[in-house]
Amino acid sequence: MMDKMIFGRYVPADSAIHKMDPRAKLMLVFLFVCTIFLANNVVTYGLVAIFTIGLIILSKIPPRFLYNGLKPVFLLIVFTFLLHILFTKEGEVIFEFGILNIYEGGLKQGAFISLRFTFLILVTSLLTLTTTPISITDGMEELLNPFKKWKLPIHELALMMSISLRFIPTLMEETDKIMKAQAARGVDFTSGPLKDRVKSIVPLLVPLFVSSFKRAEELATAMESRGYRGGEGRTKYRQLSWNTRDNLLMAALVVLAVLLFLLRS
Amino acid sequence: MGKKLVSLDHVVFNYEGSDSHAINDVSFDIYEGEWLAIVGHNGSGKSTLAKLLNGLHFASSGVITINGSELTQATVWEARRKIGMVFQNPDNQFVGTTVEDDVAFGLENNGIQQDIMAERVKRALMKVKMDAFLDQEPHHLSGGQKQRVAIAGVLALQPDIIILDEATSMLDPRGREEVLETVRELKEENVLTVVSITHDLEEAAKADRIIVMNKGQVHREGSPIEIFRLEDELIELGLDIPFSVKLSKALQKTGLDLKNDHLTEEELVKELCELHSKM
Amino acid sequence: MRITLEDVEYRYSVNTPFEHLALHDVNMTIEPGTYTAVIGHTGSGKSTLLQHLNVLLRPTKGRVIIGERTIRAQKKKEKNLKSIRQKVGIVFQFPEHQLFEETVEKDICFGPMNFGVPEAKAKELARIALKQVGLEQEILKKSPFDLSGGQMRRVAIAGVIAMEPDVLVLDEPTAGLDPRGRKEIMDMFYQLHKDRGISTILVTHSMEDAARYADDIIIMHKGTVYQKGKPEEIFSKPDQLLELGLDVPDTVRFQLMLQREMGIRFARPSLSLEDLVADIKEAMERGNRL
Repeated sequence: MMDKMIFGRYVPADSAIHKMDPRAKLMLVFLFVCTIFLANNVVTYGLVAIFTIGLIILSKIPPRFLYNGLKPVFLLIVFTFLLHILFTKEGEVIFEFGILNIYEGGLKQGAFISLRFTFLILVTSLLTLTTTPISITDGMEELLNPFKKWKLPIHELALMMSISLRFIPTLMEETDKIMKAQAARGVDFTSGPLKDRVKSIVPLLVPLFVSSFKRAEELATAMESRGYRGGEGRTKYRQLSWNTRDNLLMAALVVLAVLLFLLRS
Repeated sequence: MGKKLVSLDHVVFNYEGSDSHAINDVSFDIYEGEWLAIVGHNGSGKSTLAKLLNGLHFASSGVITINGSELTQATVWEARRKIGMVFQNPDNQFVGTTVEDDVAFGLENNGIQQDIMAERVKRALMKVKMDAFLDQEPHHLSGGQKQRVAIAGVLALQPDIIILDEATSMLDPRGREEVLETVRELKEENVLTVVSITHDLEEAAKADRIIVMNKGQVHREGSPIEIFRLEDELIELGLDIPFSVKLSKALQKTGLDLKNDHLTEEELVKELCELHSKM
Repeated sequence: MRITLEDVEYRYSVNTPFEHLALHDVNMTIEPGTYTAVIGHTGSGKSTLLQHLNVLLRPTKGRVIIGERTIRAQKKKEKNLKSIRQKVGIVFQFPEHQLFEETVEKDICFGPMNFGVPEAKAKELARIALKQVGLEQEILKKSPFDLSGGQMRRVAIAGVIAMEPDVLVLDEPTAGLDPRGRKEIMDMFYQLHKDRGISTILVTHSMEDAARYADDIIIMHKGTVYQKGKPEEIFSKPDQLLELGLDVPDTVRFQLMLQREMGIRFARPSLSLEDLVADIKEAMERGNRL
């Protein structure tokens, strides 16, 4: 079950999208989210579709993998689509089914909103699939740097985030281990009445907390012994570089935005 | 023996809320270029000692001197640059999201310029033979590999002393060998001083000098040969003796005329050969 | 209770880019009352294998027969796994990580009570188990988190022993302990095996322990059984082990060195220090007669 989830998962590959500057990717996604709201007819949605498909091809992520991973979300999209069909009463009736009338407007709106939702999900997933979480953190830290002037703890937040990211796989593994150890002692995590299942969380959570605190303590000691004393006077190893590639993709997005603006009805 | 790098003078330490001394009146020196093993069973105070050396704890009384200057709150950051530590749990000291980030962490903390940093990260990783794993994430590495990265993180800061605080105790035999091999090579290449805190006596046998800790005190101090001659005394302390020493003693008990104590199996084999040809 | 694995295969993350074959073509039988050591490198499939022994994992192909029950590779949910898990106890690596109750007593009782043992009886079992692992009864009322690392390890082990399993699976139970602790724990498991006839399966990196305690040794390599046999058989072909990058017991390694340097031959691998001493003595005297 967990294996198939692709949210927040990074799939390494050698592609143009993978190589982009994370700042560019973050900005691209942000602007894309704004731009997509300009689309309101078949042509403009078509253009957005071409752009999205283009990004997917460039990213070299297998479409099948995307499809499998986003299956749960697609259900939600289908649900939205149905809601619109049933409750929007605009334009001509194109289908009559007893008390159920399907209007042209409903069909159109349902289709458009579902598409918009699909594109949003696809592009944001592409961001996390092609960018290591740490690059996203770096990109965000850089983009948010101006806010340091107002005493926002950008460095601390970024460090916290990168350490959390670093420890996610470790904690997942740990959770799995403790679950198995307790299952071997007769805890049933998967079946039985709800009350019992809620109770079975305790033998999982307590050890997990205990070990996380221990880890945190040891990590703090290790960081201190390696000379960590806050963000001041610290240099950064990771340098981001903005290339022609990034300019090109940003330009493509601008072109898309302009086209959408001109072609929308 | 090289010059004195570190000296402990009547050091006492208590953990908060505990009335017994975790470290009780400990004095010894660490010399430049040596490999010092500090051994003792779990709870003998050996790890507390490591933390005192790195200024992670401060002595309740007594003085620790590093390179001529006393270790205090004021000099602690300088001390930490000079004394690098590798801890027991490979996971809980890996700060970076990738190998190179982790090695760079200490350098970043010390405000080293980016171009110098890149150079040092690379060189340190080459020394521990992990340069092929530059962009790997920690959960894809074995325990031994993670510990080698931790060593690289220490090396990049170019310290005088590296302290291995039970750095091999959570590793499988292959990982343990990898780490010890790395340390051995480093020691041969340059004048790195190694302090290894361990209960693995095979590891201690390779040191130049051994300090046996018990109940927070220095129980014995001497060369591996001197220490392993203690035999039963070590076993009583919850320790063990290397296989070659054990075998040598057992053979001598059966009446074989072996002259020496044997710290390595090669030495023992050699003497058996000689004896065999004489018979 | 007999455990048999037939053509067992296990894949992690099936149908994803992360799919990974961990076990294949595994066939073995663990006879009741035996002591088996499983050796192999990290990543050889040992851990995956042991999780099949009480159905924490189910094979993706083949079948596992545990006593009367047959576990097959199929989608259908297996019901009532508890009875298997009560009979096959697992002591995981660093078992102290599974402690969670307020007191040592409650923690040890946790397993038995999950399997339906009444509280009074569970407490009785806890007291016996605690004695078995060499701890004082006073600590029953203490919090497990106030104990030393070594004591926590023993309490966690007691928690598994108190389940009164027929089969005990041990995954590196002494990792991180000092030499004395290691020996005490290993001797304790051996005693338990002898006294109660518990089948014991020890996953270990220590060839000394495998040679000293096990009746049978199984070598795992690249996800499958590479070799199995009695310790004498396994260690009489040390070259194979060394080729896999595995160790041999100190005694065997020393014999090899003597064979190479002195040209004397040993009839059998010495699996204990006493044997080795006797063998060397004998070889030296034989040399004398030449």
